[in-house]
Amino acid sequence: MDKTVSDLATAVAGIEDGMTVMIGGFGGSGSPIELIHALIDRYRETGHPKDLVVINNNAGNGHVGLAALIEAGMVHKLICSFPRSADPVVFTEMYLAGGIELELVPQGTLAERIRAGGAGIPAFYTPSSYGTDLAKDKPVAEFDGRMYVQERWLKADVALVKADTADTFGNLTYRMAARNFNPLMCMAASEAIVQASRIVDAGGIDPEVVVTPGIFVQKVVEVADPLQEEDLNRANAAYSLEA
Amino acid sequence: MEKLSNNQIAWRAAQDIADGAYVNLGIGFPEKVAQFQPDGREAIFHTENGLLGFGQAPEAGSEDWDLINAGKKAVTLKPGAAFFHHADSFAMVRGSHLDVAILGAYEVAENGDLANWSTGPKGVPAVGGAMDLVHGAKRVAVITDHVTKKGQPKLVKRCSLPLTGVGCVTRVYTSLAVIDIENGRFVLREKLPGLSLEDLQAVTGAELLVPGAVADLVVPEV
Repeated sequence: MDKTVSDLATAVAGIEDGMTVMIGGFGGSGSPIELIHALIDRYRETGHPKDLVVINNNAGNGHVGLAALIEAGMVHKLICSFPRSADPVVFTEMYLAGGIELELVPQGTLAERIRAGGAGIPAFYTPSSYGTDLAKDKPVAEFDGRMYVQERWLKADVALVKADTADTFGNLTYRMAARNFNPLMCMAASEAIVQASRIVDAGGIDPEVVVTPGIFVQKVVEVADPLQEEDLNRANAAYSLEA
Repeated sequence: MEKLSNNQIAWRAAQDIADGAYVNLGIGFPEKVAQFQPDGREAIFHTENGLLGFGQAPEAGSEDWDLINAGKKAVTLKPGAAFFHHADSFAMVRGSHLDVAILGAYEVAENGDLANWSTGPKGVPAVGGAMDLVHGAKRVAVITDHVTKKGQPKLVKRCSLPLTGVGCVTRVYTSLAVIDIENGRFVLREKLPGLSLEDLQAVTGAELLVPGAVADLVVPEV
């Protein structure tokens, strides 16, 4: 078994119009910039994929990565907890102009909905958002004297994920706080596509330190020295359609 | 009216954090609390994006952008730090594993309701972890100026802004006083020594109960 694919374009070639795409990362940390840019490249060449539903904690920063994906017009709905950043102009302008839908989800609920999707749990109850505007029209129930809100699982056709080391079986480790949503999204997507800073042979990762077991991973592509969103933004980089 | 600076409010809140406590500080003003841990005590700070045991910001130029806090600011690691994924991070939050969460506020009501995520329907809504953080920590404290910039009470009978959580706040540290929320009422514990009860009540939007002695709120210049 070898889940390695040769290049980024091959890795994202199967993503189709209208798919739900989970994108890992919290802000720039753990964001699979190269996979996102490969998807934008394909859209630029073929006009596809578009009308994507994207699930991420944020809504992009500046004009690279997720922000560039939105700016290219490929995303029709975003499910996230915090669509603000140092430079949220792309999402903000599109949202206020009615060009993109937003489903706002409390961050812990977002994480647990994704985990539930990967774990085969269709719904669960959480105290978060009870009594607030974000719980409107959701079922509630009392357990041991406290009120809870029912939340549904989130699943995706594809997850774009950034890892540190991958082996050919798809076992993954992450680097520091770049872990965040990435392991959960691997579980919740039908196809987890992973960019890793290095790919080693099976056996090259100590089984004791594997964070995401390879059963949750379908494709792995090597991207040595990956870009960091924060560095790109400090250099005023833009990955626009005209680039 | 004499009042505490934000640093002084943060200092006062820090005095109530025990050695070894697991603490989440909200983004912005609450982050200041970390600077004022009393000597001999060490709290372990949690950040929503999957890290326990982070320290202060690194020097400019030596940031590692894989090592950030929930405010997307670069941080450093302290000995004993641990990384984990987002679902585990919020299990720590909702599962009663944190000892204290300290948050900012637009409004706090006497029934413990908190409004701190939205000032209304204009613009782009964003909630982040605010609605999760108000549930599960053993203590949920608020640090805030006692009144708004326009002088209106931030401690109110009922919140008028969109709620973050219902009945969740247990203590409020303000620029004038320390107030507990018990059985749906504000209970005054400490106030600035030069401030009369009448003057404090006049800038508070609901009745202050004074069941016992009120200690002087004395904070060093910090």
